[in-house]
Amino acid sequence: MDTVLGIDLPTWWFLLIGALISGYGILDGFDLGAGALHLFFRKEQSRRIALNAIGPVWDGNEVWLVIGAGALFAAFPLVYGTILSVFYLPFILFLVALIFRAISIEFRSKEPMPWWHQLWDVSYCLSSIIISLLLGLVLGNLIQGLPLNARHEFVGRLRDFFNPYAGLIAITVLSLFMMHGAMYLLMKTEDRLYARLTIIANNTSKFFILCFIATSNATLIYVPHMTSIFKAHPELFVLPMAAVLIVLNIRRSIEKRQYRRGFISSSITTALLLILFAMGLYPNLVLSNVDPKGNISIYEAASSDSSLRTMLLFAAIGMPLVATYTVFMFWTFRGKVKLEEHSY
Amino acid sequence: MDNVELLSRIQFAFTIAFHYIYPPLSIGLGVCLVVMEGLYLKTKDKVYEELTRFWVRIFALIFGIGVATGIVMEFEFGTNWAVYSRYVGDIFGSALAAEGIFAFALESAFLGVLLFGWNRVSPRVHFMATVLVALGSIFSALWIVVANSWQQTPSGYRIEGEGMQARAIVTNFWDMVLNPSSLERYSHVLIGALLSGSFLVLSVSAWYILKKNYTAHAQAAFRIALWVAGIAALGQLFTGHKSAEVVTKYQPAKLATMEGHFEKSAPADMYLFGWVNASEQKTTGLKIPGGLSFLVHQDFKAPIPGLNSFKPEDRPTAINFVFQTYHLMVAIGMTLIGLTWFGLFMLYRKKLFETRWLMQLFVWSVLLPQIANQVGWYTAEVGRQPWVVYGLLRTSDALSQAVKAEHVLASLILFTLVYVLLFGLFLYLLNKKIQHGLDVSNNGETSSRMNPSFLPMIE
Ligand code: HDD
Ligand code: HEM
Ligand code: HEM
Repeated sequence: MDTVLGIDLPTWWFLLIGALISGYGILDGFDLGAGALHLFFRKEQSRRIALNAIGPVWDGNEVWLVIGAGALFAAFPLVYGTILSVFYLPFILFLVALIFRAISIEFRSKEPMPWWHQLWDVSYCLSSIIISLLLGLVLGNLIQGLPLNARHEFVGRLRDFFNPYAGLIAITVLSLFMMHGAMYLLMKTEDRLYARLTIIANNTSKFFILCFIATSNATLIYVPHMTSIFKAHPELFVLPMAAVLIVLNIRRSIEKRQYRRGFISSSITTALLLILFAMGLYPNLVLSNVDPKGNISIYEAASSDSSLRTMLLFAAIGMPLVATYTVFMFWTFRGKVKLEEHSY
Repeated sequence: MDNVELLSRIQFAFTIAFHYIYPPLSIGLGVCLVVMEGLYLKTKDKVYEELTRFWVRIFALIFGIGVATGIVMEFEFGTNWAVYSRYVGDIFGSALAAEGIFAFALESAFLGVLLFGWNRVSPRVHFMATVLVALGSIFSALWIVVANSWQQTPSGYRIEGEGMQARAIVTNFWDMVLNPSSLERYSHVLIGALLSGSFLVLSVSAWYILKKNYTAHAQAAFRIALWVAGIAALGQLFTGHKSAEVVTKYQPAKLATMEGHFEKSAPADMYLFGWVNASEQKTTGLKIPGGLSFLVHQDFKAPIPGLNSFKPEDRPTAINFVFQTYHLMVAIGMTLIGLTWFGLFMLYRKKLFETRWLMQLFVWSVLLPQIANQVGWYTAEVGRQPWVVYGLLRTSDALSQAVKAEHVLASLILFTLVYVLLFGLFLYLLNKKIQHGLDVSNNGETSSRMNPSFLPMIE
């Protein structure tokens, strides 16, 4: 098997896609969270500021989803087809919610009527919540494994996806994003809205910690295969420990009103939780909960070595560029939001 | 054809057709924006700045919907065409990933600067953002058309595995990218986009000229767009002809369908318009006898393989449909050449803006390239059936196995409702922005300090 720097190509792509999904979670996470909080802001002025805080960047954040999905398609086509077709209706809903979210942001400011603003505010908030919950739902089911037979064919039913564990993960993801979004908004706002957000950040972070504890316990009890790697490699136990410390650090930062630090901590939390999930999976990408032969490993799902190699080159050239644009974009729009003629 | 197949095809056709309303406008308008803002930087003339700001607002609306509907397309490959995704993942996936990394990231990151950065970055940096957004959309079209062209004329691959496990593997990346139809089709698609964008500018400007609003601005924009459109219309004839040559060589069944040609081996006619009766295998209409043979072989008598030389299961079914869409596209192509060059002639005679009927025609002409872009894709895609990857994978074998017909029906209904709503809102807001007009420092009629000699055409 071909290797690059001693790591085989499917593993490279496993890592890369993990990085892309983490990037997506961190970046779109805060604007989804800001959207989910939107209806907590009462005044028209506050809502506008909150919208304009993410206005110039949310589209760029969403591109990480497009790239992540494209990379999954390219590197592991079998998994791409399986996951998307198995979760057919959840993903269709996800797409529709993405459309509504995009047009809510875009259309809201185009008419002066209060009812028009209210309509798009509700649509923006609801679609942000639905997207976060659906992402969590899919994640929750992937953690538990899907009903795939030995030929990787789906043998389950749609309603099995709505189980308590997946529901818990969905709520955890939503609470994480809301806390993350609140801290992002705190960096972008002043005065009354800022004061209000300090309370919101405080409450959402407490709520997230509750969810985090519940999820950790539920995972230990109900999904033991996710934690078996720590039995084999106890030294890896530092990672869940790190996650706990980082989560505590979020609380500490919020109490000390150091929101930038809190935002960085919640970004790291997002990434760490995904890393823990990836470690439980590797070397599989999709687990089967009915037949171990139904697991789809990265080696079985991977595209050809030559294709993976070409694309690794693309990624090596392209990802630094993407990172540069992202930094440029945030740098251009740094600082507190000021409403001006071009604002939403 | 079972229901999952039928419904999935309808859904794909509907969502891609809807998506494809916006990309050509984004790409074409993007190029027009670069010209306008470039002229502003060069001349420092307020007129160009105000024009740019106005068109950026329209661009934002179009682009936003293009992005929202495009993400649907990417996911649909996995949701509805899982077998297809696995079959072509090695090839199509890399093109899509390249598109994301190299094109979408560029577009989306600098879109923020383009829309919101006016007071945050210098005019030069803003112009750079405009250029990068336009380039990004041009690149993104490149990758998606390469992927689609590979489906039409596969090359640089080998097949691995059998039956449902079969898949295509890239053996030569550049052969895959530069497959026999890539360049012809990419240039044809790009020029089609330029036509869409420039005709939108023409239409809105003509409307302002008729209303005597912002006359100086509208005339400036009209001149720029008319030159772009005139040159593009000629280019479209050339690249369309090149595409037809590729179809002749690599997809003979499609060519026969486009001209409604049935006989196994006989000279083929070329129709200006007509009607195909597929069950009686008869095509009637106004034709140049042997015209197609002449175009292909420079000989009116040369035989061209007709539909009957292909196995029935390898022929497209919607023969009259492809015939009509193809002829509509060509007719529109010719009309656009006539319209733009007549306009340029009138510009030269200095009568263009006074000729009201011509201005009125231009107001409505925005629909023509839009229609041509749509029917062009119908020709290419419906003419490719029953194959999803030409000669390799049938559409009916490409479906997701896990998906049930009622789920696809539900999603189709959902998309239809959402897209109808979206389209209504789009038209409403577009109209509103046009009605609202430009933000001009003082009255548009008199404020212009424009120096005509900076324009691309000396009046
Ligand atoms: C000729 C050009 C063209 C064609 C044939 C297509 N697209 Fe498209 N697409 C674009 C040109 C484009 C664009 C110009 O780059 C967009 C459209 C509107 C926009 O304004 O960006 C875009 C947006 C867009 C996006 C959102 C990108 C973002 O987040 O910025 C995705 C994921 C896709 N498209 C995917 C597809 C897929 C999977 C297609 C085929 C089935 C497809 N597009 C056909
Ligand atoms: C590169 C991107 C592609 C573009 C731009 C594109 C464009 C189009 C267009 C414009 C149509 C005609 C729409 C209509 O009939 O209303 C169409 C039809 C269709 N396309 Fe594509 N297509 C692309 C890729 C694909 C892929 C990858 C598939 C397969 C999974 C596919 C499957 C179909 C099907 C099934 C139809 C309907 C044809 C019929 O019902 O006869 N297309 N496509
Ligand atoms: C002027 C005469 C024209 C000719 C001879 C011509 C020819 C062709 C041919 C042969 C195809 C099929 C290519 C294939 O199946 O691979 C095609 C496709 C297409 N045409 Fe045209 N065309 C003309 C004008 C136009 C115009 C004016 C537009 C739009 C403004 C347009 C837009 C398209 C599009 C979007 C496609 C589908 C993409 C592709 O396959 O390249 N065409 N054209």
